[in-house]
Amino acid sequence: MTQRIVNWFKFSSPQTFYPLAGKMVPWFAAAAAILAAIGLYIGFFVAPTDFQQGEAYRIIFVHVPASWMSMFIYLVMAAWAGVGLALNSRLSGMMASALAPTGAMFAFLSLWTGALWGRPTWGTYWVWDARLTSELVLFFLYLGFMALQAAIDDPRRADKAGAVLALVGVVNIPIIYFSVKWWNTLHQGASVSLTRAPTMATIMFTGMLVMVLAFWMYSIAVSLARVRAIILERERHTAWAQALGAAAV
Amino acid sequence: MTGAVLGVMRRDLLLAMRRKSDALAPVFFFVVVASLFPLGLGPEPELLRRIGPGVLWVGALLATMLSLARLFASDYDDGTLEQMALSPEPFVALVAGKLAAHWLVSGLPLVVAAPVLALQYGLPADTIAVLVASLALGTPVLGLVGAIGAALTLGVRGGGLLVALLVLPLYVPALVFGAGAVDANLAGTGAGAPLSLLGACLVLAAFFAPWAITAALRIALE
Amino acid sequence: MSWGSAAAFFAMGGYAPFVWGSFAVAALCMLIEPLVVRARRRRAAAELKRAGVAARGVGHEAAA
Repeated sequence: MTQRIVNWFKFSSPQTFYPLAGKMVPWFAAAAAILAAIGLYIGFFVAPTDFQQGEAYRIIFVHVPASWMSMFIYLVMAAWAGVGLALNSRLSGMMASALAPTGAMFAFLSLWTGALWGRPTWGTYWVWDARLTSELVLFFLYLGFMALQAAIDDPRRADKAGAVLALVGVVNIPIIYFSVKWWNTLHQGASVSLTRAPTMATIMFTGMLVMVLAFWMYSIAVSLARVRAIILERERHTAWAQALGAAAV
Repeated sequence: MTGAVLGVMRRDLLLAMRRKSDALAPVFFFVVVASLFPLGLGPEPELLRRIGPGVLWVGALLATMLSLARLFASDYDDGTLEQMALSPEPFVALVAGKLAAHWLVSGLPLVVAAPVLALQYGLPADTIAVLVASLALGTPVLGLVGAIGAALTLGVRGGGLLVALLVLPLYVPALVFGAGAVDANLAGTGAGAPLSLLGACLVLAAFFAPWAITAALRIALE
Repeated sequence: MSWGSAAAFFAMGGYAPFVWGSFAVAALCMLIEPLVVRARRRRAAAELKRAGVAARGVGHEAAA
């Protein structure tokens, strides 16, 4: 019994996590590819044309997964940052830093696809509705986190400062979303909402869910790959990393 | 402990009095920005009345952000902040004293200047009252949340712009509720709800921000 | 869902620029990102190699 506990915490050291992550990446990448293939097949060849929006609605098969992942990744990032702050563990902080760029990418993708979806359906590229505006603010939160970490030279201080910022951000996100929703209702009539209650056919919803899972697997794969790069960057002074460098291509 | 907090407040107020121009810069900025918008958009009274609440609120927000640079920087540079962290008095209490003094010097003048600027935008008297109330509730929130950004970036290069990038997303609720309260009053739908929400933001910020700020300061001082 | 012809599929009912614009940018991002990460890791590994050689090279005359 004690043996199992010791094994688990063994992987909280960068040195042991590095090869483990390396083994995990291909599996998650494969899962992402397979799920994406299934999702895209459903999205393009099974789901029927929408009655109101024609073929334009198919954008939801990337827009919704990107939005959900951008929000989910922020939560996970803040969680790892919090763990790193509380337990003073280096690897947790590295994981948070590894997640941020992918989350920011999905936030950007959500905004981009949202704009392209809005143009044919509601006539304008940008609509100040609650969801898109909150997504924009989330994008800024990601950028702020990355900028703060980039500006601080000492990696330990960067980890801790980023953690405080991420935790403050996580607490603020529901408040920001609520305030933007309220702001939207205050200025009703000036904008239209992209968030129509989806009376989506089940098959459309299924396809969307499969794509969400695909994006999730992708995020895990890319973050694990990135944390490996971060580990090598930060552990420059250790013998194990230098031996790795010597052996590597 | 109250003695220490009041002592810190008195010290900060004294220092601000000695550098009046430094301390008054945010208010002057507020006044100048409020004058720029009509110059950029044209003097139509109807338009100005429509944009007044938003412009004045954004002006106050930007002025607050500019004042953040003064908050911890000089104490950090000369070692006073470190002494505060090491002192037997609770660090969070001393930080609270600094924040209170900072609002008195940088936030309160904005609240006082706002009615005068509101006249430039042709806002009616009761709307001006709501504006003052919203800024009285809002500027402490902006100061508290902004101080988190200032503490996180102490001594870090990139300075003011980095603080802006960190803090502006977090300012959205205060801005929305504050400017929204004034707009609601103008539209006739009543400012009670947004002002209450802004008050709630203030309570949340007053309870939680000092801890985040203190944690961030300790990280910067390590 | 039957498209009738490949042309119909690519036309996406007239919404081609929007639909394909979305999917193309998404695919681009999700292809470029892993490549960028891989380049980053390789750069770090190369740095390590230099650092390792430098550390071991102290006292040696051999050029790396």
